[in-house]
Amino acid sequence: MTVESGGAVKAPPIETPKRGLRAPAGTLYRGTEGMWSWVLHRITGTAIYFFLLVHVLDTALIRVSPEAYNAVIGAYQTEIMGLGEVALVGAIGFHALNGLRIILIDFWGWATQHHRLLFWIVIGLWVVLMIGFTPRHLINVFSH
Amino acid sequence: MTAIPAPRSGGGRGGRRTNWEKWGWIYMRASGVLLVVLIFGHLFVNLMVGEGISQINFGFVAGKLANPFWQWWDVAMLWLALIHGANGMRTLVNDYVSRPKVRTALKVALVGSTAALIALGTLVVFTFDPCLGADEFPDLVLSICNA
Ligand code: HEM
Ligand code: HEM
Repeated sequence: MTVESGGAVKAPPIETPKRGLRAPAGTLYRGTEGMWSWVLHRITGTAIYFFLLVHVLDTALIRVSPEAYNAVIGAYQTEIMGLGEVALVGAIGFHALNGLRIILIDFWGWATQHHRLLFWIVIGLWVVLMIGFTPRHLINVFSH
Repeated sequence: MTAIPAPRSGGGRGGRRTNWEKWGWIYMRASGVLLVVLIFGHLFVNLMVGEGISQINFGFVAGKLANPFWQWWDVAMLWLALIHGANGMRTLVNDYVSRPKVRTALKVALVGSTAALIALGTLVVFTFDPCLGADEFPDLVLSICNA
């Protein structure tokens, strides 16, 4: 935090990793959890965006004919795509949970200070989500 | 190095213009909260309930879209997610594309594809005809259509 000439701006300390003196300490956005959460947020957001472009088009086939729609949705029901859907839900799950973390960091001082802890909470919730989703989805995919 | 204007200096433009960047920032957060509910609900109903992905076909979607609740759910999700995603992609374009002409072209493409897909998706949801193709594919549509 900078101290401006007009009046001193003192920010509460932000959790930083304790490393050797020469290594970059890591801030909200550079190094360790802050940076990796940002990288993952960006990659997942982009992936979901491109999925959505295709998804609106495939859903539009519902307006063309039952046969056309069933053909394209049939492609979503194959084993390979079933695994792809696990990846998609994983991406959405991370982006959504981490998006909520970003919002908390932006609006709530406690969260700003504990952003690294919150990252691991996001990961924990994400693991729980995937444990709930994956087996059930794969059974649906592989038993048909 | 590109000079980065000081925070709260209005991006160096000065004046009392609408701060679009700020509204974009707010939109990303507001839409994000709503999208958590909409998308998780969408995925739960389509992937977890019943036989999940294996149950999805023309009849399944016809059943959902016959209900105004799911129509508005889908349309809200469509608008919020596409604008959120496109605005997020605009951030990436600003970050990674340094040539002004390419940058402008990509942003025009983002606006164009978003507008087209929103129009298409909204039309599909509200003009959907559950008995479409009842004559040609009697076994694929809802049974009431063959009456
Ligand atoms: C594998 C995962 C998914 C499956 C199987 C799936 C399936 C479907 C189906 C069957 C529909 C038809 C209408 C309905 O069911 O309400 C639909 C529509 C829609 N889905 Fe998904 N979906 C998936 C993931 C997603 C995700 C991740 C998003 C958001 C990013 C999304 C956004 C939408 C939207 C906006 C519509 C409405 C499209 C329109 O207005 O024409 N879906 N989806
Ligand atoms: C599920 C609920 C979602 C939540 C809570 C959420 C949250 C957020 C937030 C808060 C940001 C802003 C990050 C910042 O300003 O630093 C963001 C960025 C972004 N989101 Fe989402 N989002 C959601 C769904 C989506 C969907 C469905 C898409 C794709 C269609 C998407 C694509 C993006 C992209 C591309 C970015 C820009 C990433 C960046 O600047 O690095 N998000 N998201």
